[in-house]
Amino acid sequence: MANTTTNAAPARARQPEAGAVAIPARRRRYTLLTRHDKILLALMVGIPLTLDVILIWGPTLASILLSFTNWDGVGDITSKNFVGLKNYQFMFTGYTLFWPAFTHNLIWLLWLTLIATPLGMLFAVLLDREIRGTRVYQSVFYLPVVLSLVVVGLIWELQYTPTDGFINNALGLVKSGHIIDWLGDSRINLYAILGAASWRHIGYIMILYLAGLKSVDPSLREAARVDGATEVQTFFNVVFPVMAPINVVIVVVTAIEALRAFDIAFIINQGKNGLELLSILITNNSLSEASLVGFGSAIAVILLLISMVPIVIFLTRVMRNA
Amino acid sequence: MGDSREAKRVAARLQARSLELPYVGEVPLNLDLSRRDMLKIAGYGSLAAFLAACGSTSTTGGSITATGGNMSLGSYGSDPGSKAGVKAIVDAFTAANGGTKVKLNTVDHGTFQNQITSYLQGTPEDVFTWFSGHRMRFFADKGLATPIDDVWNAVKSNYTAGFEASIKGNDGHAYAVPTDYYPWAVFYRKDVWAAKNYTVPTNWDDFKKLCEQMKKDGLTPIAFADKDGWPAQGTFDILNLRMNGYDFHVNLLTGANGQKWTDPKVAQVFKKWSEITPYYSPGFKGLTWEQGADQLLRKQAGMYLLGLFVSDEFKASGKQADVDQLDFFAFPDVGSQYDAEKALDAPIDVYMVTKKSPTLSNDLGQAKAFMEFMAKGSTQVLYWKNAPGSIPTANDADTSQYPALTKKAVDIVSKAQKITQYFDRDSRPDYSGPNGMQGFLLRFLSNPTSDTTSLQKDMQSFWDSLPPE
Repeated sequence: MANTTTNAAPARARQPEAGAVAIPARRRRYTLLTRHDKILLALMVGIPLTLDVILIWGPTLASILLSFTNWDGVGDITSKNFVGLKNYQFMFTGYTLFWPAFTHNLIWLLWLTLIATPLGMLFAVLLDREIRGTRVYQSVFYLPVVLSLVVVGLIWELQYTPTDGFINNALGLVKSGHIIDWLGDSRINLYAILGAASWRHIGYIMILYLAGLKSVDPSLREAARVDGATEVQTFFNVVFPVMAPINVVIVVVTAIEALRAFDIAFIINQGKNGLELLSILITNNSLSEASLVGFGSAIAVILLLISMVPIVIFLTRVMRNA
Repeated sequence: MGDSREAKRVAARLQARSLELPYVGEVPLNLDLSRRDMLKIAGYGSLAAFLAACGSTSTTGGSITATGGNMSLGSYGSDPGSKAGVKAIVDAFTAANGGTKVKLNTVDHGTFQNQITSYLQGTPEDVFTWFSGHRMRFFADKGLATPIDDVWNAVKSNYTAGFEASIKGNDGHAYAVPTDYYPWAVFYRKDVWAAKNYTVPTNWDDFKKLCEQMKKDGLTPIAFADKDGWPAQGTFDILNLRMNGYDFHVNLLTGANGQKWTDPKVAQVFKKWSEITPYYSPGFKGLTWEQGADQLLRKQAGMYLLGLFVSDEFKASGKQADVDQLDFFAFPDVGSQYDAEKALDAPIDVYMVTKKSPTLSNDLGQAKAFMEFMAKGSTQVLYWKNAPGSIPTANDADTSQYPALTKKAVDIVSKAQKITQYFDRDSRPDYSGPNGMQGFLLRFLSNPTSDTTSLQKDMQSFWDSLPPE
C-alpha cells in the first residue's frame, strides 16, 4: 500500500524549487504592503522563526558540535575536549550496541509498516461499513491511544512478567515449569514489546484512516458499484488512490513512531539485553549518570540524519500540495 | 531563603540597639519590635525559633555550625522506608538545632542517580544523599561538592578508619559523612533449611552440592533476578574478589596499573560463574530483585545473593514471622589464596554538601550542623528503624536494640579484611551502566558456558573508548 505513494514521490520532488523564487528586489517600490503590514509581517514571521532557531536549530547545531567532543557534561568545553571523528569511528566499529539498536529500529519500522499499520487500516475499513456496534469497537480500539506509552509499558510488563505475569499463568506455563521469559530472552523480547506497541499503534492508525474514509465522496463508490466493481476492487482502485494525502500521513506517522520508539523499551529494562534502540542509546549515554554527552550526541546526529528521510518526503508532499 | 534574609535584617536592627540576644529562656520585654517583626516571629512558629534564627548570624562566631535559619536537602530516599527515615531525621534535626527549617526534596532513586550530573551543576539543594567510593570522588574531583574537613574533624572520633577512607576525595579532603551501610551475603530462610536439614556451605564444592540437593527437593537453588542489570554485578564482584583478590578487583574496575578486561583471570571468573548459573531462577533476565526476594520469601527458592536490603522486602510482607526466618552466610570460599581476605561488598551511603546550591552561602552553617547531626549514632538509628536494611555507621550507635540479623551483618563486615563498595560505586559510572557492564553481564548470562574471549574484547574496547576521567 505504501509503495504507491513512495514511488510517486521522486517524480515530482523537484517542484518545490519553483515555488521558492524570491520576489525581485527592484519591484520593491511598487509594493502593496503598507508600513503597518510590513511590521505585522515581520512579527508574524520573526517570532516563529526566532522560536524555531532557539528551540530547534540551536540545540540541533549544539548536538552536532558536541558530537565531535568527549565532553562529560561537567564544566566548560575546552579545545582539549574536541576529539574529531573519534565518536563516530567508535560507534560504527567498536560500539557493540549501535548496530543491534539500528537493526531493532529497523525491525520496529518493518513491523509497524507491514503488520500494525495495515491492521489499523483494515479495522478502519471494516468499521467504516457501519457494522453494528461500530462505536463500541471504535472506542475499544482507540482506548489504548489515550494512554501514554509509559503506561502501556507498565501494563504489558505486568502481562509479560515470567512467573507472576498473566500470559505465562494463563497458558499454564508457570505450573508446568516451562516458563517463556518474554522480557528477558533477547531473542523474543523485542517482539513482545512490539506487540504492546502495536496494541496502541493500531488504534491510532485506525482513527486517522477512519477520518479519511469518512471524507471520501460517497458518489465515487456508488459509481464504482454501478460499474460492477467488487468491494475489494472499489477499495484498491477507487478509494485508496483518492485517499493519497491521508496515506502519506499514515506512512509518515508510522515512520516517526518507529524512529521515536523509546518509552516501552525503557520502562521494561532501560533498553538493554535485546531491547536496544537508538533513542535509548542516546539517553543512556548522555542523560544518565554515565554522562557521555559527546558520544550520545554523535548517536543523536545519526538518528537525526535517519529522521530526515521521512521528514523530507513529508515536506515535499505538503509543499507540492500547497 | 527570604525568611532568613528577613531574619538577618531584623537581627541586625536588634543588634544596632545593642541588645543581648538570649539564645533561649527569658525574653527581654523591651525588644521594641514592629508589627511586621511580630508577624515574622509568628511565621517562625515561636519566638524561641525566631531568636535562634537571629542568633545564627550573630552569636556563633568562630563555630562552623549554625542553629535556626534554613537549609535544604535533596534526597533519593524515595521508597517508603527511606522516606519515613529521612523525615524522622529532618524532624529531629529541626528540634535539636533551634528550629532550622529543612526544605526536603525527595526524588525517585533512579531518577536522582541518572540526573546527578545536571542536578549538581544546576541549582541543587544544600545537602544531598549519595554513595561513597569512586562515585563520590568523581564529583569531588569535578568541584561539584564542598569539602567538609572541619565537620569531619569534629566527628571523626565517632568512626573507624575504614569509614574515614571511604569519604576522602582524591585530593585528601573529606567530602561526606557516612550514614549507613549494608553487606552483601547469601540469604536463606531458616525454617526451609531446618525442614530439609541443609547446612551452611563453607566451600565451593559444598555450595554446588547443596544447589544440586535443592534442585532435587524441588526448590530453585539460587534466586537470581537481573532485569535491572545491576544485581548480577554483585555475583561478579564476590567471585572476582575471592578468586583474584581485592587488589586485582580494584585495579580492574578503575583500569589502574594497566589492568585489562581481557585478562585470563577475568575469563576464570566467568568460567566459575557458569558452574552455578544452571541453578538460577527460570526467566531471571525478566525478573526484578523484588521478585527474586519474593521467591525466597515464598519458600520457592533456597538461597539469594543480595544486599541486606532484601530484609526490607521481607518486612514489606507485613509478617514479622517471615522477617524472623531470614538469615544469611558469607559467600563460600572458592579455594584461592584470597579466601582469607573474606572480602565482600558493603556499600556505604553518605550525605554530602553541594557546591552550586544558590542558598548555600546563607545556609552553610546549617548544612554543616546537619552533617554533624548525621554523624551521630542516635540519628542513624532513627533511620535504621525505618529502613532496617541500612546499618548505622557511627561508633556510638546503640547496637543493643539490633536484632540478630543486624548484629550478624555488623559481624560479617568487621571480619572482612577488605571491603568494596559494589561494582557500580567502585567503577566509573559510564562503564557500569546499561551501556557497559550491565549489558555485558546480561550477554554472558545469555550463554554462560560459551567462550568469553570476544565478550572480554568488547568489554575492553568499550573501556578504551571512554573519555579520560
